[in-house]
Amino acid sequence: MFGRMIRGTLFRQWKKMLMIAFTIALGASLAAAMLSVMLDVGDKVNQELKTYGANIKVVPKAASVLSGLYEVEGDQSGAYLKEEDLGKIKTIFWTFNIVDYAPFTTVNAELDGGGTVKVVGSWFNHHIALPTGEELDAGIQSLRSWWDLKSGSWLNEQTDTDTKGAMVGTELAERLGLTVGSSIHVKGRAAEDTYTVRGIYDAGGDEDGQIYVQLNTAQALDGLEGKVDSIDVSALTTPDNELAERAAKDPKSLTVAQYELWYCTAYASSICWQIQEAIPDSIASPVRQVADSEGEILNKTQLLMILITILSLIGAALGICNLVTASVMERSQEIGLMKAIGAYNGSVSLLVLTEVFITAVIGGIAGFFAGFGFAQIIGHSVFGSAISLRPMVIPIVAVLVFIVTMIGCIPAIRMLLRLRPTEVLHGK
Amino acid sequence: MSLLELKNVYKIYGELHALDDVNLKVEKGEWVSIMGPSGSGKSTMMNIIGCMDKPTKGEVLLDGVDISKESSKSLTTIRRDKIGLIFQQFHLVNYLTAVENVMLAQYYHSIPDEKEALEALERVGLADRAKHLPSQLSGGEQQRVCVARALINYPEIVLADEPTGNLDEANEEIVVDLFHKLHDDGTTLIVVTHDPEVAEVAQRQLVLRNGKIAKEVVNQNFTGKIRFTDQ
Repeated sequence: MFGRMIRGTLFRQWKKMLMIAFTIALGASLAAAMLSVMLDVGDKVNQELKTYGANIKVVPKAASVLSGLYEVEGDQSGAYLKEEDLGKIKTIFWTFNIVDYAPFTTVNAELDGGGTVKVVGSWFNHHIALPTGEELDAGIQSLRSWWDLKSGSWLNEQTDTDTKGAMVGTELAERLGLTVGSSIHVKGRAAEDTYTVRGIYDAGGDEDGQIYVQLNTAQALDGLEGKVDSIDVSALTTPDNELAERAAKDPKSLTVAQYELWYCTAYASSICWQIQEAIPDSIASPVRQVADSEGEILNKTQLLMILITILSLIGAALGICNLVTASVMERSQEIGLMKAIGAYNGSVSLLVLTEVFITAVIGGIAGFFAGFGFAQIIGHSVFGSAISLRPMVIPIVAVLVFIVTMIGCIPAIRMLLRLRPTEVLHGK
Repeated sequence: MSLLELKNVYKIYGELHALDDVNLKVEKGEWVSIMGPSGSGKSTMMNIIGCMDKPTKGEVLLDGVDISKESSKSLTTIRRDKIGLIFQQFHLVNYLTAVENVMLAQYYHSIPDEKEALEALERVGLADRAKHLPSQLSGGEQQRVCVARALINYPEIVLADEPTGNLDEANEEIVVDLFHKLHDDGTTLIVVTHDPEVAEVAQRQLVLRNGKIAKEVVNQNFTGKIRFTDQ
């Protein structure tokens, strides 16, 4: 009988039920879209922010101490990291969060016409095949994506057979009258070399007065084979919280449980800690400006999405409230009759709630899929990639739809409870 | 002990005394009609006897229980178990068929039984209309469905509020005929009506004026037979 009544109402009031389903679908779709984007946005925003460069810098321990005390550059400390350890960066717990990295060896070389120039050796698009089977093209071509290539091209480590190619900054090129194809002769402490200019870049900083060559080429100049003075790492990180800040100061101050939580979360500080564990005698530290910006932007983006979700759900609750109340008002005679012939308030409330919840389930399912579609549109138009479906979105949307529907039904149920059979059956 | 007894019952709305010191006894199996002009308190009395309202003062004893002191939930239970209601406007649920409307009363009382509901419709002569929706039934047929619904749970009292108010003469006759049958079966009937012809066929007529029982007439010629012959 209950089923017949539910069926009867759903079919008889299909227009109203469709409106309720549509309202719920709208709220659910926005909630599903925002939640999907929000849960995925961390990685997306981080990927976007990678264009601002590395967010972790690794230097030799001795250089770090010297730098901390006297604010001098690492290459003046005489301490170096081993090139052979570079691959270990991709062996840490958060290996998949390391999206790019590049080593640097800086040499002060003499120019032919007098004066010195910094020759920086690094990776440009260095191909790394890891023991895990993962392959990666790492280097400054992607890490320094803001460099404006004025002429020529990037050095290509994978196709260039000649290792004597160089990229020079606009300032140096202007000072020495260099163009693409020009030669530049430099002299280091161990050797001298002649490079061919392959590209001229504008970095908008100190790099504009430097020469960038392949890592081994620069190392040979000063006899620093197998040595690097710093590594820039770009990693996907989680915004810092109080635990991360405490851990960054002293991980030993954490309890075992806190340590495990911190270690297994992609905080910049925990990734730094793991890099230090992997590379002997190194100090890894977050580049605060970049890391903080990432966290701040991510937090603001997520807050915005939470607000949109809340507002859409409030809107849906108000819509449901109006529609269900109108439905109960329209059916007041029917409800009064049910009460007159012996229905308790609970039975009638259950009937109305069941009708609304069946409608809510239909609307919620439709809304979820529509929302996932919206999320894809947002993903492609804002981040240029698809938003992945996080399974946890399903129960969250289900709970939100349930709560919103319950809240939306409250005024109607209050009205229903107050409704007296005499008032509707005799018009009093 | 009377099945129903009203003792010094008042129903007061502000300055208005809808019922004013009403005393009434109805015995089991009796057929009582209540007449009176609009605003005389007929519907108020009907609501109180039907456990849909409570008096401001006084006692209403139904089967020895003072229903004026019962909670709203208890009144619903009493109404469900002991009272069958027939309305002038029929009040059928328009998306349920005739038999489903009868089963609705069963559903809120105990367990719906389609066979029993069909038998109830058969008693009111509507077995062949069981699967029709209210909109497919005439006024008289709808009222007969309403009667079947009122009877399905074997109530101790059937309360009918203007049961023939919306019917033509032919259907009025059918409904009154049904009341005779119910009375013959021992059902206690209280019928509120404007229609003197409907009131006259009862065993006892009460006339309400200004919330008081102004007149009480016992029908000496009551035969328990159908009275509509050559009116």
